[in-house]
Amino acid sequence: MPVIEVTSLHKRYGETVAVADVSFDVEAGEIFGVLGPNGAGKTTTVECVAGLRVPDGGGVSVLGLDPRRDATRLRQLVGVQLQESQLPDRLRVAEALELYASFYREPADPTQLIGELGLDEKRNTPYEKLSGGQKQRLSIALALVGNPRIAILDELTTGLDPQARRDTWGLIERVRDRGVTILLVTHFMEEAERLCDRLAVIDKGRVVALDTPAGLVSAVAPEQRVRFRPSTPLDDRLLTGLPQVTAVTRSGGQIVVTGTGDVLHAVTSVLARHQITAAELRLEQATLDDAFVELTGRRFVD
Amino acid sequence: MHAFGQILRTEAKLYLRDIPTLMLTVALPTLILVVLGLIPSLREPSPEFGNQSFVTYFTPSLLVVTLAMVGINALPTVLATYRERGILRRLATTPASPLALLTAQLVLALVGILASAVLLAVIARLAFGTPLPQHPLGFAVALVLGTAALLAVGLLVAAVAPTAKAAQALAVPLFMVTMFFGGVYLPRFLLPDFLADIGAYTPPGVQALLDAWTGTAPHPLHLGIMAVIAVAAGAAAARLFRWE
Ligand SMILES: Nc1ncnc2c1ncn2[C@@H]1O[C@H](COP(=O)(O)OP(=O)(O)O)[C@@H](O)[C@H]1O
Ligand SMILES: [Mg+2]
Repeated sequence: MPVIEVTSLHKRYGETVAVADVSFDVEAGEIFGVLGPNGAGKTTTVECVAGLRVPDGGGVSVLGLDPRRDATRLRQLVGVQLQESQLPDRLRVAEALELYASFYREPADPTQLIGELGLDEKRNTPYEKLSGGQKQRLSIALALVGNPRIAILDELTTGLDPQARRDTWGLIERVRDRGVTILLVTHFMEEAERLCDRLAVIDKGRVVALDTPAGLVSAVAPEQRVRFRPSTPLDDRLLTGLPQVTAVTRSGGQIVVTGTGDVLHAVTSVLARHQITAAELRLEQATLDDAFVELTGRRFVD
Repeated sequence: MHAFGQILRTEAKLYLRDIPTLMLTVALPTLILVVLGLIPSLREPSPEFGNQSFVTYFTPSLLVVTLAMVGINALPTVLATYRERGILRRLATTPASPLALLTAQLVLALVGILASAVLLAVIARLAFGTPLPQHPLGFAVALVLGTAALLAVGLLVAAVAPTAKAAQALAVPLFMVTMFFGGVYLPRFLLPDFLADIGAYTPPGVQALLDAWTGTAPHPLHLGIMAVIAVAAGAAAARLFRWE
């Protein structure tokens, strides 16, 4: 049974339609991504799930409850990290966590959480003195301190440097491994590809695709290309005979093998069996970026 | 209840760490008093002030400084900052009520005002022989109602100001008006009668404070007006208040 059900969600701000028609289900224990360019309606969607906004149409159910009517119960069960929310400048890391822990019936141990998030050395540092990555980790910690069953995280790596971003990804995976279902909003392709079990691609307030990252990519561009320069001349039939291979062409001294599935492995196995080494070996694969262009007819712009 | 206690404790720590605000709200009136008191002629009783010294006459007006600083400056700025930075909104996603934060801020404002008033009265008494408020009950009532009226006006500012900057832009003229009619800029005996009279009816109602300090029961109309302002501004603030 899904833990979050969003059905035909619709939300306007005056004349602006922020969310036209969005539906998706999130299963227990998965990292579900909501991916789309800026202004697509991602934040509005998850804020309706979090009970912060009232939908103009459609339904939202979280753990079988209504985010508005059962707000009191759900706030104990859902941790939320909002885009662009800060803390008072002089509030220290440990104080923030102890404060938020006091709101919940069965909170996590703040000290332990500080350690898990790598903020041990910063426990007495005021918020204003934290780096962007540290602020973000603290914000995630606050979303987790109530021991929630669901965590909603909106744009959690925006503004972070690549290293801090990768660290945060590792952290999110560890949180999921503890059994927390994660609803993750992002406009980074790479982040969605790396982290999400499944994702809804949203454009202009509508879901344009809903699948696993690999599924999205293979649905729009199932073919992959393997390029290499063989160490000795090679009979094309060695390759065309493989079930994964659809075409073999030559360009210059290079061989280009087009195929589906695990074509790279199939090709390298054949070469190894014939003691041929492959120089300049490259795999060309469609990315989520290509998938997005295919789905919306536009490049993904940040 | 546990959550409210923790919020109050945390907000108190933040208040104590903000030294400039702490000085402006708690210590400034007493500092002004001490500076004025260093001028010998201002310590001499004079018939103009009902045979009191200027320092004694001016002390209730200094109380207005505290009330205006806390109610019109500090409180709206803190709340508007919290709104601007999404702190209230984030709180709304937790089981804690943003109302608890609002209540904690009001409690701290009251504590700050009380600390400032006690400090002022004690220093005025010890250093300059200014008698403590002569009509204690009247003084307490006037202080409570005047404070309530100013805090309500402050909450109204906090309710309508989307950002800290906007809160300050609204607060500055209100603050000046409060200070002017409270007789802080120009001692009230220098004001034309009708201006001094207006000061009796603008929060925090300096006339009632003055009367009670010198031993006369405050005029019920003066007190009543403060109560009306407190309720009206408070109700308007409650209607207009936005968490985001
Ligand atoms: N509070 C608001 N008032 C008016 N318009 C808004 C508000 N919040 C968002 N919008 C508009 O709704 C659309 C969707 O915004 P949002 O949900 O924040 O998108 P995303 O998170 O995907 O960037 C945008 O056009 C945005 O300008
Ligand atoms: Mg957003």
